[in-house]
Amino acid sequence: MAVKTEPFVLNMGPVHPSTHGVFRMRATLDGEVVVDIEPVFGYLHRGIEKLAEQRTYTGVIPLTDRLDYISSMSNNLAYCLAVEKLAGIKVPERAEYIRVIMAELQRIAALLIAVGAFLNDCGAYFTPFLYMFRERERIVDLFEMASGQRLTYNYMRAGGVSQDLPEEFMPALRKFMDMMPRYMDEYDRLLMQNEILIARAKGVGILTAEQAINCSASGPVLRASGVKWDVRKADPYSIYDHFDFDVPIQQTGDCYDRYRQRVEEMRQSLRIIQQAMEQLPSGPVKAEVPHLIRPPAGEAYARLEAPKGELGFYLVSDNAIAPYRCHIRPPSLINLTALRDMVRGWKVADLIIIFGSIDITVGEIDR
Amino acid sequence: MEIKPAGKYIYSDIELDREEGQIIEDLKAKSQEPIPDPDRWLDEELEQNILLTTVDALINWGRRSSLWTAICFPACCAFEMIAANGPRFDLARFGMEILRASPRQADLMITAGTLTWKMAPNVRRIYNQMAEPKWVIAMGACAISGGIFASAEYAVVPGYNRIIPVDVYIPGCPPRPEALIYGIQMLQRKIARRKNIDVRKLLER
Amino acid sequence: MTVSLSGKEVARKIEEQFPGSVAESSQDTLVVRADFLLDVARFLRDTEGLELDFLNFVTAVDYYDHFEVVYLLSSMKHNHSLTVKVRRYGRENPVLPSVVGLWQGADFQEREIFDLFGIRFEGHPDMKRIFLWDGFQGYPLRKDFV
Repeated sequence: MAVKTEPFVLNMGPVHPSTHGVFRMRATLDGEVVVDIEPVFGYLHRGIEKLAEQRTYTGVIPLTDRLDYISSMSNNLAYCLAVEKLAGIKVPERAEYIRVIMAELQRIAALLIAVGAFLNDCGAYFTPFLYMFRERERIVDLFEMASGQRLTYNYMRAGGVSQDLPEEFMPALRKFMDMMPRYMDEYDRLLMQNEILIARAKGVGILTAEQAINCSASGPVLRASGVKWDVRKADPYSIYDHFDFDVPIQQTGDCYDRYRQRVEEMRQSLRIIQQAMEQLPSGPVKAEVPHLIRPPAGEAYARLEAPKGELGFYLVSDNAIAPYRCHIRPPSLINLTALRDMVRGWKVADLIIIFGSIDITVGEIDR
Repeated sequence: MEIKPAGKYIYSDIELDREEGQIIEDLKAKSQEPIPDPDRWLDEELEQNILLTTVDALINWGRRSSLWTAICFPACCAFEMIAANGPRFDLARFGMEILRASPRQADLMITAGTLTWKMAPNVRRIYNQMAEPKWVIAMGACAISGGIFASAEYAVVPGYNRIIPVDVYIPGCPPRPEALIYGIQMLQRKIARRKNIDVRKLLER
Repeated sequence: MTVSLSGKEVARKIEEQFPGSVAESSQDTLVVRADFLLDVARFLRDTEGLELDFLNFVTAVDYYDHFEVVYLLSSMKHNHSLTVKVRRYGRENPVLPSVVGLWQGADFQEREIFDLFGIRFEGHPDMKRIFLWDGFQGYPLRKDFV
């Protein structure tokens, strides 16, 4: 006998322990099965694009820190690449190597939080999260040595980095690099074949390659669906073509694959840092750029592979000291377009996991 | 029920959106002046006859040593707060390891992040749901006065004290976990001086 | 290296198919007329040799007398990219066709352009404000917003 059911709307409000920030979803449920989902955001819209039009080109850099606040170095670097493309500034070699080291360390730190939060959503509560915080504290110590800040670094400048590395940085980095693979093996031993993780995450929330490309997904979400596309290889920026690293991809595109993808990307980042450390030359760390940069009129788009996906800055200039228009291509917002397709037919508990595996930061969505 | 392909949302109530928008506009019109800070306890220093009884001291010790936080983390300061809960700067030694989502079980709200007008009615609602006695710590420059985003007046509330009364302000962008712990200790000192039992009223009976 | 396709080459191919659709073309960009946008977009996505199936971003810029909506398209297979622009003159109620049917990634970005600039997109399933609340007066990113 068929039972007649009615759809029920559940509001998972802006303040909720499982959402990664102030993000609201209105889920239409049929019993426990999710039929449709409408995301509502804007609870952290701070008008960064409008504020960028009122500040000088160098003054926008602290604003870009606060976009995806757990990977500030990548945001700074993307903006500086755009300004350099617009103004035609050449970056000295030591600065390039330092930028690569910082960007890859930042990638490891951000992916640690992504993996930790995903495991938190799966039910392992705070245990793996706090273990990963132990590594992140070491990386944040390194950043504090270089820039003086723990979270929003404001370290990159158009033409290089703001100051040179102190003497204690390289020994500390070497110590970190000796320790880190051991910790990663420890996590793999505990988590990769864990029964509960496999039962909850394998086969859940599958995103096919065609859907991913149509939804403009990028980053680990795209690569876990089987598309081999990494901006560092396809469109190399800075000096990434000097390094030897792989681009891992997974086959299915479910939540377990996205988790595995992030762990493998961390290992590749360690490889890049090892090579950059060995090849680091000496020299100036910043090009000779005027204090108030005044690029010629025109536009430029520069993109890089941020830990969440393809982060890009589209800058339009009209030969003034402030940008005419600064648009930020947010990977988290665009990856979210795929959420609707991934979630239909799954239950509410799976919705939380699928949402956690996309890994968003609300500061970047709302800008 | 069959599952439809992508297109219009099945439930997307424009009426509900309009109502919520109206609530936000009303709150914005009402919150043009900051709410004064609850600092009446500063005046009580000057009064000659405050008697802080042993019962008071005991109650205050209990309250300040096990503050439970309500979740309200919009933005970047949230990560410094989570780092303060983490293994290096341990907030559990102050009795604060619980980060409950339910405001009914919380007595402290650490507001870590920029407040926007769209989020303001929700913060007010959570504050109203917390049971007395309750305290609020404004963490970070955005919580004190809008911070680096204060010029975007169309969307950003210039400080949490437009919406809820704030007890302790912690500056920084973001403040280090040590600064957060210092602010919590200031709040604990404030709680220690709270008068729970009014001795004069008891003696009058 | 992602090759940036020459606007003039692609303009020639498009003019053969849809005469009168290209307003101007240069080395870097291609400006298309708004009425032909959907046809040209489908042509760019499906033709052999172009196959621009990945939409990087959609955004709008406010030059004082016109709005310009910029699309950056790339191809995963051939690793090339192309910038397409559409202009809308006049500030009262600008309307453009939506490309959500072709690239679903444009969904939230077009809502954002409506929210911040006021440009409506016809054919979008859910055209409403995304970052600001319903009932907000004005469009913040316009140059004349107070």
